Amino acid sequence: MSTNTPESPTELVHQDDSLEADQTDIELERAARRKKAVIVTIAAVAIFALMWIVATTMSGTIPSIFASVIRSAVEPQTAAVAIAVLGLNLHFGFTGLLNIGQAGFMLLGAYGFAIATTRGMPLPVAVLIGLAAAAVFALLLGVPTLKLRGDYLAIVTISAAEIIRYTGRLSQLTDWTGGSQGLPGSEYRDPFVALSFFGSGSTTIGPLSYQNTGVNGWWIRAVAWSLVLICTLLVFLLVRSPWGRLLRGIREDEDAIRSLGKNVFAVKMQSLVIGGMLGALGGIVFVLPASVQADSMGRAMTFFIWTSLLLGGAATVFGPVLGTILFFSVRILIRGATGAVVPSDVLNTQQADQFSWVVVGVILMLLVIFRPQGVLGNKRELQFNA
Amino acid sequence: MPESKTSTDTTNPMADPAARLALTDTIPNVPGVSKPDPILVVDNVVRQFGGMTAVNVDHLEVQRGLITALIGPNGAGKTTFFNLITGFDRPTSAKSRFGSSEGAASWAFDGRQLGRTSASAVSKAGMVRTFQLTKSLNRMTVLENMMLGARGQSGENLLTCWLKPTWLGQEKVIEDKAKELLSRFKLLRKKDDYAGSLSGGQRKLLEMARALMTDPTMIMLDEPMAGVNPALTQSLLGHIQALRDDGMTVLFVEHDMHMVRHISDWVIVMAEGRIIAEGRAHEVMADTAVIDAYLGAHHDTDLSDDSLLEDMPGAERMHRKAEAHEEEVARKGAAATKEKNQ
Ligand SMILES: Nc1ncnc2c1ncn2[C@@H]1O[C@H](COP(=O)(O)OP(=O)(O)OP(=O)(O)O)[C@@H](O)[C@H]1O
Ligand SMILES: [Mg+2]
Repeated sequence: MSTNTPESPTELVHQDDSLEADQTDIELERAARRKKAVIVTIAAVAIFALMWIVATTMSGTIPSIFASVIRSAVEPQTAAVAIAVLGLNLHFGFTGLLNIGQAGFMLLGAYGFAIATTRGMPLPVAVLIGLAAAAVFALLLGVPTLKLRGDYLAIVTISAAEIIRYTGRLSQLTDWTGGSQGLPGSEYRDPFVALSFFGSGSTTIGPLSYQNTGVNGWWIRAVAWSLVLICTLLVFLLVRSPWGRLLRGIREDEDAIRSLGKNVFAVKMQSLVIGGMLGALGGIVFVLPASVQADSMGRAMTFFIWTSLLLGGAATVFGPVLGTILFFSVRILIRGATGAVVPSDVLNTQQADQFSWVVVGVILMLLVIFRPQGVLGNKRELQFNA
Repeated sequence: MPESKTSTDTTNPMADPAARLALTDTIPNVPGVSKPDPILVVDNVVRQFGGMTAVNVDHLEVQRGLITALIGPNGAGKTTFFNLITGFDRPTSAKSRFGSSEGAASWAFDGRQLGRTSASAVSKAGMVRTFQLTKSLNRMTVLENMMLGARGQSGENLLTCWLKPTWLGQEKVIEDKAKELLSRFKLLRKKDDYAGSLSGGQRKLLEMARALMTDPTMIMLDEPMAGVNPALTQSLLGHIQALRDDGMTVLFVEHDMHMVRHISDWVIVMAEGRIIAEGRAHEVMADTAVIDAYLGAHHDTDLSDDSLLEDMPGAERMHRKAEAHEEEVARKGAAATKEKNQ
């Protein structure tokens, strides 16, 4: 039972609390990180600008590949996925909730919105119904699982998302969901298109040439990317607050947070609901220029969302948006490059498309190995995986 | 430091060592003995893992305003007991929804029944614990770890948290408080480091400091000084005593008998899930049941490494008190039967 008391305890009291030395270290490191972020941003903008100039001023294979890359980067569906990724970031990046069914939230939002509109609801009400559907879904999933270990939520979300997809395809529900045919955009798109103040005609900016309003023109692009901006701002405001700190605390260790007297279950539920509603909003934007197809928001979509999040960097503010844009434009770049380099009798257009997915998969693997924190993530955080 | 405080503080009678001695003097050294002013009262808490009974506490009271040590050999059930009463585990003897409540586990903190409340509700009630295996929030800075501890943060409300002005003022106050505690725990220079980069001992310190951020009524420390260097232990023990002198109740688990003897006003000994002895440190350490529990048959080794075992007057006093208690129980029992007969 005896412990060795040191002979001269005073010798051990060398832990002086002078902050200066360490503070400069921290400042230096912060400055270095800021510098890196600036370099990454400038590089991204420069590459984009270069592609823009080449695509606008020249003609040929490479400029046309660049043009299609830029087009896919500003695609409204890219924006839609970015919004869903922002939601997943709140779940996984900040709260540590393993949601493997974000596409289910998207689909639910899309159905809620489209069905409400076809039943004559005005646009704002229809959007609210889409969001509310996702909120209720989140509550239903959260109540039984958020008290359990994290893995359970993963299993439940992936199966629930599949259940929604299969339910949407049921032929008995054709009157509501359109069954496996889905709902054509023309049935629910009009109130949104009617809101446009962009007028008719079309406008060309650089390599981008679209109708001002139209079905899939400048109007939906403007709205979609504004929503991305607003949602990013919302997430930023939330996660920098003490509430956001609570989320990260829960991600690190729920029990520690419980021991401090916080209602962990309620906070996790709030995160699940908000992230799910962002997913639903993404789903609504996703179907506006297209149609509601259950299969377009299935497991593959969840995979894209996850890839985009990891690519951009989980638990960062701009990572989700950057990651999504990168994910979709890099794939188009690979597809274009493959099509240009490999003769069509080796890989035809369809095979080139499939090949681009293979390359994306390989890139994802390399990313996880060499840059697990994503483009914008903080490497130091990863050293302390709980 | 803390000692100077004791003389000036007049609001808390327990700040006076003589008052504490006088108080503990009136308490018989009997396992499960009732205390004059218990802050925590535990009844019938049983926890079984399969066929093994890890905790089996019939009755236990913790006196308000004192530092109570909970000691016992490895595997005695101390941590499990902590988990049970702080809501991190449920007793096997918990009251079933439909069954009778007779013989069911129940415990009250500060007059509030806690048998069915969650871990966070227990903490909110003012009983805050730390963990033997530290739970530092690794990918957050030390300062963030601390600030999470503060209570009643308006910025943790989802509806208003996006408005920075609503929580900025409070945030500054919390930060100052956190820094002050950090400097006391010699962690201030680490405040911007990730908690995951701290050493084992530093994590213990951080966890204790974080628990103190909640301003608890009673703090339960599970081996707080394991791995903390002796010089710092000295100063932190002073801090714990200062907390007691300010009115906080402290219950801690510790294997280091020096520390137990140095700061505890009362010691509860647990072995194989049961409370086997209670008393002041030197009295308990002389108890043969305690020595048996710790050392098995090796009675020739002493418990607290100096000559406390020879401190027989303490042991005698203990027996005296035990006898007095038995008499008291007998008297009460007689009185009760008399009442019944009337
Ligand atoms: N989750 C569990 N499952 C099975 N047995 C358990 C579990 N938790 C604890 N035990 C058992 O309960 C007994 C008491 O364990 P506990 O951790 O409470 O001991 P302790 O008194 O804190 O010991 P130490 O001083 O070593 O920390 C041990 O025999 C242990 O093996
Ligand atoms: Mg233990």
